[in-house]
Order: sequence, then C-alpha cells, then structure tokens
Amino acid sequence: MDLYQELIIEHSKRPQHAGLRDPFDAEVHHVNPTCGDEVTLRVKVGESGELEDVSYDSIGCSISVASTSVLAEECIGHPLEEVFETYNAMRSMLTSKGADPGDEEVIGDGVAFSGVSQYPARVKCALLGWSAMLDALAQAGVDISATSHPASTSSTTA
Amino acid sequence: MTAAQLFSPEESARIRADFPILTRTVRGGRPLVYLDTGATSQKPTEVIDAERRYYETVNAGAHRGAHLLAEEATDAYEGARSTVARFIGARPADVVFTKNATESLNLVAYAFTNAAAPGAMAGVDPAVAERFRLGPGDEVCVTEMEHHANLVPWQELCRRSGATLRWLPITDDGRLDLTDLDTLVNERTKVLAFTHVSNVLGTVNPVATLVARAKEVGALTVLDACQSAPHLPIDVTELGVDFLAFSGHKMYGPTGVGVLWGRGELLDAMPPFLTGGSMIELVRMEGTTYAPPPQRFEAGSMNVAQVVGLAAAIDFIEGIGLDRIHAHELALTERLLDGLARRPWVRVVGPTDAVDRGSSVAFVVDDVHAHDVGQLLDAEGVEVRVGHHCAWPLHRRFRIAATTRATFGVYNTAAEVDALLAALDTVPAVFGVDVSQQVGA
Repeated sequence: MDLYQELIIEHSKRPQHAGLRDPFDAEVHHVNPTCGDEVTLRVKVGESGELEDVSYDSIGCSISVASTSVLAEECIGHPLEEVFETYNAMRSMLTSKGADPGDEEVIGDGVAFSGVSQYPARVKCALLGWSAMLDALAQAGVDISATSHPASTSSTTA
Repeated sequence: MTAAQLFSPEESARIRADFPILTRTVRGGRPLVYLDTGATSQKPTEVIDAERRYYETVNAGAHRGAHLLAEEATDAYEGARSTVARFIGARPADVVFTKNATESLNLVAYAFTNAAAPGAMAGVDPAVAERFRLGPGDEVCVTEMEHHANLVPWQELCRRSGATLRWLPITDDGRLDLTDLDTLVNERTKVLAFTHVSNVLGTVNPVATLVARAKEVGALTVLDACQSAPHLPIDVTELGVDFLAFSGHKMYGPTGVGVLWGRGELLDAMPPFLTGGSMIELVRMEGTTYAPPPQRFEAGSMNVAQVVGLAAAIDFIEGIGLDRIHAHELALTERLLDGLARRPWVRVVGPTDAVDRGSSVAFVVDDVHAHDVGQLLDAEGVEVRVGHHCAWPLHRRFRIAATTRATFGVYNTAAEVDALLAALDTVPAVFGVDVSQQVGA
C-alpha cells in the first residue's frame, strides 16, 4: 500500500539521532492516548539561535517513530526560523487530506509521509514528535508564535 | 461446556442478510470483514426498524403526561425493561437504564460517596447501610485485566473515600492469578469488581470462585458483563453477583443505552447518582425525597428509542439463541487460534486454547506496532481494533504498548477468519519480519 514508503520503514527500523542526550534546555513527554505511542524529547537551543540538538526516546508505530527520526534529521543544526518553516510545511501536508503533497525542498524526507494525510487516524502518529518538539521549544522559552502549532494560536492549550 | 459448532452456511447467509452494513465495501471495493464487535457490534434491521418505528408511531414523553402517546411510550419503555429483565433472569424493578455500562458502573461507585452525606442513609436497614460505608482502612478489589470503565471509577472512589485499591494479578497465559485471592479479598474488602469476560484476552473469569470468596468476607460484587451479555447466557441468580452492568451497543443494540442490574434490597438503599426530573417522590423548595428504584436512578428524559431498540436486539439474540451464538463464535475463535499458532511470528496475548474463553483474540507481531498491523489489515478490508483497548494496565502487565485484536459477532464466518489470516500474511514482507522466527517474549 502507498502509506508505507520504503523511507518510512527504513527510518522506523533505524531511527536517526535516537536516544536522550545532554545538555538540554527542556524535556517533554507526549503520548497518543488512543494507541499508547509515547515520545520523550529534549531540545537544546544554540548560542546563535539554531536548534543545536533534538534527542528523543520513542515507542510507537512505524509512522510515529519514523516521523520523529525525520524530524531530527531535518531540524538538528538548523536556525529556528527554518525549523518553524519545516514544522509548518509538515503540519500543512499532514492535515491537508491529500491536497498538499509536501515540498521536498522544505521538508526533505518528510515528503514520504504525504500518504499519511489520507488516513486521519494516523495523522496524530506522524505529528507526535513534531508537536513534542514545539512544546519543548516553548518550554525552553522560545517564541513559537510563527508556527501553526495549536498552542501558538490558542491561549487555552499548552 | 458448549461445543464449538459453526452455523450452517445457509443460516450464516440469512443472519448476514439481516445486517445492512455488511453489504457495503471498503478500501477500493473490498468486501467488509468486520472483526471489531468487541468495540461495537453492527445493527440488524430489526433494531434499526424498532427505533424508527418508535419515532414514527409512538414518540412522546415516557412517564410524563396522560395522553395516549405518552401511555404508549411508557408501555414501550417499560416493556423493554421487562425484556431486559427476562434476558438476565431478573425482576424488572431491579433493572436500571443508563447511557452505557460506564455510567452503570459509576452509578454504583458514586452510591458509596453519596451514602457518606449526612442523613443519606436515614431509614435504611443499618446492616445494609454499613455495606455502603467506605473509608480509610477499607479496601476495594478489582483485577489487572479490567477495562478502564471498571477500573477508573473504583480508583476515583478510593481517592475520594480514602479506601485502598487492590487488584488480582494476571498469569502469563492470561488467566486471573488466584494464588493470593484470600489475602487480596479480605475482611476489609467492601467491593470486588471484575469483568466476566476480558475485552482483550478473551478470558472467561471464574465468577463462582470470586463470588464465594466475596460472600465469605461480606464484600459486594460488581460484574462487568459487556463482553459476556451478547455472547454467553446470563442469569443473575446463577452468577450470584450483587450488581451487573452491560452496554446495548455491543449486543446489536443502539448506542446510548446501557443497563445496570442490582439486587433489589441494595438498589432500595442506594442514594441517587444523577438527580432532577422523574427521579423524585416529593419536591419542596427545602428539599426532595426520591422515587423508588429503578426511577430513582433514571433522572431526566430517558433514551426511550434506544431502550426500545435494545429490546429488539434482545429479541434478535433470543431468536437465534445464545447457546448457539456462543458455539458459533467458539468455532471461529478456535479457527483463528489454530491459524495464529501456525504463524510463529505471531504471539497471542491471552489463553491459546478455547477453554473458558470468549471470542476476543489479541496478538502481537514481533517488532511491528499494532497500528501498522491494523493498517495493513484495513488495506485488505479487514477491520480489527488496535491499541490498548481501554485496558492499559493489562498491556503494561505484558510489557507491550498495544495489541491487534479481533473480536467476533453472530454475523462472522470461517471465511472471514481466513481473510484475516491472509491479510496478516502481508505484514512480514512490508516490515521485513523473519517468518521462521519465534516471537520473543
């Protein structure tokens, strides 16, 4: 089936940059209560406003593990503005129900997840690590209002 | 014990023709193979028609007003109560309608909290009132295999009252571990709440043994019958429990209707859970007295159309016979367990034989998350449940995040078991599973 691109299987079997590392500015634990997927994720913001490190421990389905792996690959070492742009593009594609095929220039291997948007039950799996990263950045004191993360547009969700 | 026996192909075809949804296709025109009855069952024409007929010809406020329609609505509602009572061998007056089994179980749990209010048990036989007194030093016992619906309300009750929650553990093969039954259920135990049939493992629990121990120590027994009422004959006298709860939507009935049965003298003593219209005897500005059960526990406008639909579902079940339904589902379960046993890369979580077993079969595929297994099955039109099935502690006990679960209903066939197994065989290639490898524990 079209959902399980080779890239997704590869990332899920060999998650990149996996494991929790020091130092870090904030750590969050996010769960997907309907299926029991869990991710613990740490962020470290560098001196010059780049995302110096994202480290994580994730238990879950291939979609959630692979998506977090791609996140690490696409975001570690990048300026925060780029990280936000990647997040926005990824979220837009995943929640588009197929309308947005994803821009490889922006999200790299993330385009392998374009098929997920056809399966509403799995969108949450693919977004788990990304939401955790935004939450961790917010907890680290980073202004995330430039993102489409629900917490940045609503005053009631955290 | 019931011997496994499939319906004849003709009877199966006749039963299936009664479920309109089974004619639809899914995922690129594939026939629907619905193996998620444990979550909710599909509905036969009789049930859908009963609800529609009620709205088209009877609809009015049951137990309200004196006009003809109100009388007929009341008759339909109370007639359904009699049907439910007959189905479980009970008196109609001891049958309470709720919105689902979760509400039924909360209704019982909150009786303990509300009984603690000043004057709440005035006029109640002190021996009966004592059974609803719960505080520090008292204990509530559940099992590690409970659905959250029969766990969280008791956790919360213990939190509110200061009582201690204990639980019976599970053995590696998915049965209740009764080794320490006599210490876990002791003189301090006020409630023993447990499931009749596990919604994950499929285990049928030894009700008689548990009830006998509870009686020795004077604990009230609460049975979650959600996974047994549509599959096994139920008789409240034979079971010997004090309370029994189940949901309509898992037994071919509508959503939005559940049942609580309780022993008359206990329901009589219990303070109400929800309050408002129709549960009252006398209302003054200064205070209110309550109607006797079951009305005391049915506040506000009730789900009359759904109650009527539930009665139609019971008529449907009784038209086939629960003994025969159980025999058919047991045959399907055996076929699936057999098929899974021949796939060493699959591990069943729960009893691997069909002894004292309902039709829930949960399993894991080594290194492949249940969501991924379920997705590939769904691609073939096979609809199963994936996740923790509202039994998270049970999954923790087996050190797994999630299982894939197939559950059977009256409409399932041997061909559908084979379709599940064939769809399962697509998993190893996609995820690089070594099919010769035994799954690690």
